[in-house]
Amino acid sequence: MAQATVLETRDLTLDGLLATPAGRALLSCIQCGTCAGTCPYGDVMRNTPRRLIGMLREGFIEEVIASDDLLSCVTCYDCWAKCPRGLRLTDVLLPLVKEQVLLRLPQVPAELQSALSNTLRYGNPMGESPRKRAAWVESAAVPVPLLRDLGRPVDVLWIVECYAAYYPRGQDNARATARVLAALGVDFAILGNEEKCAGECARLVGETGLFDTLREQNLATFGKYEFARLLTSDPHAFDAFSYVYPMLGFRRPVEHTTPFVAARLDELKPRLTRELGYRVTYHDSCVLGRHNHLHDEPRRILEALPGVSLVEMTHNRDNTICCGGGGGGMWLDTFYKAKGHPRLSDRRVEEAAATGADVLAVSCPYEVPRFEDSLKVLGYDDRMVVRDVMELTAEAMED
Amino acid sequence: MQQGGMAGAMKILVLLKMVPDVVEELEVAGDGVSLDRGFLRLIINERDENALEQALILKERHQGTVVVAAPEAPEVDDVLYTALARGADRVLKVTGLDEELGSRASAGLLAATLPAVPDLFPVDLVLTGCQAIDDLDGLAGPVVAEHLGIPYLGIVTGLDVDSLNVAHLSREYSGGVRGRFEVDLPAVVGIQGAEKPPRYVPIAKVRAAMASGRIESIPAGAAAEASLLDVVEMRRPVVAERAEMITGDADQIAARICEILDGRGLL
Repeated sequence: MAQATVLETRDLTLDGLLATPAGRALLSCIQCGTCAGTCPYGDVMRNTPRRLIGMLREGFIEEVIASDDLLSCVTCYDCWAKCPRGLRLTDVLLPLVKEQVLLRLPQVPAELQSALSNTLRYGNPMGESPRKRAAWVESAAVPVPLLRDLGRPVDVLWIVECYAAYYPRGQDNARATARVLAALGVDFAILGNEEKCAGECARLVGETGLFDTLREQNLATFGKYEFARLLTSDPHAFDAFSYVYPMLGFRRPVEHTTPFVAARLDELKPRLTRELGYRVTYHDSCVLGRHNHLHDEPRRILEALPGVSLVEMTHNRDNTICCGGGGGGMWLDTFYKAKGHPRLSDRRVEEAAATGADVLAVSCPYEVPRFEDSLKVLGYDDRMVVRDVMELTAEAMED
Repeated sequence: MQQGGMAGAMKILVLLKMVPDVVEELEVAGDGVSLDRGFLRLIINERDENALEQALILKERHQGTVVVAAPEAPEVDDVLYTALARGADRVLKVTGLDEELGSRASAGLLAATLPAVPDLFPVDLVLTGCQAIDDLDGLAGPVVAEHLGIPYLGIVTGLDVDSLNVAHLSREYSGGVRGRFEVDLPAVVGIQGAEKPPRYVPIAKVRAAMASGRIESIPAGAAAEASLLDVVEMRRPVVAERAEMITGDADQIAARICEILDGRGLL
């Protein structure tokens, strides 16, 4: 089984990759086509990963990077997980190709352009004011200290990330997480308005310059404070801090909120007293699940909640179906629609609805808006709701 | 003004300026007549960004050079390096412009300063935004044209040039009517929108421009005129009435709606 590891590809370019024997080894593909078959957009892409590798090996690099086809890659890690050669497709090869695609693209799709420009200028893809990043704290039920105000080291620096900080339904997740951390007695603080996007989706869509800029800014901010570890609500940020920031010397343990809380379930159980009465199906996010194999932790939490019965979708764990939001997909819906691509979140919601569950539980803030949209579009919003695992956990806690 | 070269090798001067970014809430300063610059962030004027895009489209179509000039302001360096990354050939930052001068006087001083810049004039076209949020009258373009002694046409949404150094312009009017104009070059054109949305330039290219590009600093001349307009008062609009967000369960919401309608004699 493929394992996520720290990247060792700093300053690597596509040309550089193809110029070295070690790099060319990345193309030691047997052309089995598993990647193309497992890719959620493999049936609508012209240059599937298999074909793309074949073209690169035969020197058709210009043809590969002149096409916008690779923008259909939503970095679901399916090709990476199932490649029998263990090739680093999702996190190394495809981003290097996409970087060249983005540099040549005559017109970057408007939504993506707006998200990338906003992330550079405001530190978040929504284009919200950086001065309002911590505004949600005022509506939290427990104190959420800013590290700057504490004036002392903390155990946990909680990186809330963009969607939990700004998006109204994401803020529900942030408020719930704050309650859970407080109930566990965690010594935590946030960066507040000093926080910026970790930049992982920018990197995976090929905007490496933006990622480098954000990484430099975030590392400079981290350097101002003392903390033992990072905690984040966003699997994409979890990946960035775990595997890519270390290339610039960041050496601190990184955890995602779901496994962090799962590891402390025994301490939390006395507080989990409210009967929820929900039939829940859990969606494994591509990043937390398939890339990091954190499948059991969210399920352990859900099974510990009073009155929750867990049912599985057909595709679960490493076989999960992508929500379509990774690698820039959050901001390419219009582009995909224009290309006639199906909406991946619709596929997932159809499968979730078929379980008969009344709650679709998630652990990634991208999934809440994507699945809630799909529930409405498909007409399931009267029988199913989307809830983050942290929201359900907080709901099960008596005040 | 001396005429520039043929359309085959055009020289286009683009004038950019920074304006308050309304993503941040604007605060009125203690003097009651200006914005609090302590909280202010500046961003490129959207229509100026379209003017730059139109210039780059013309450069790609007819070859030539694009020179960008902007008054010194916070974050303007980022904008100028981004212009280089987008395809501009030369960027100028005019320093020493008093921020209290006002849009109209600043435009005049810019126009008086630029002709003295080495190897800049003659130019074939001067493009700038036809309006800015702090220049709603769109005076900057006409003032520059007046100083340079060349024609001005604003609110332009389409622009091309021919080999006779004539610009063909189009403007949109209400009711879907479009007007087409011709003007001899050189001329100043106020752009409302470029033919295509401003292009995205990957940050790697901007970082490369920051590493290898150069911003030329140009000291402004002495102000020849003061603003003819004085701001008497700056304040937020008075809030007349606020919407009431009705919360509660369906029965509570229905009861409140009935109460409101009854209170207005509608039941």
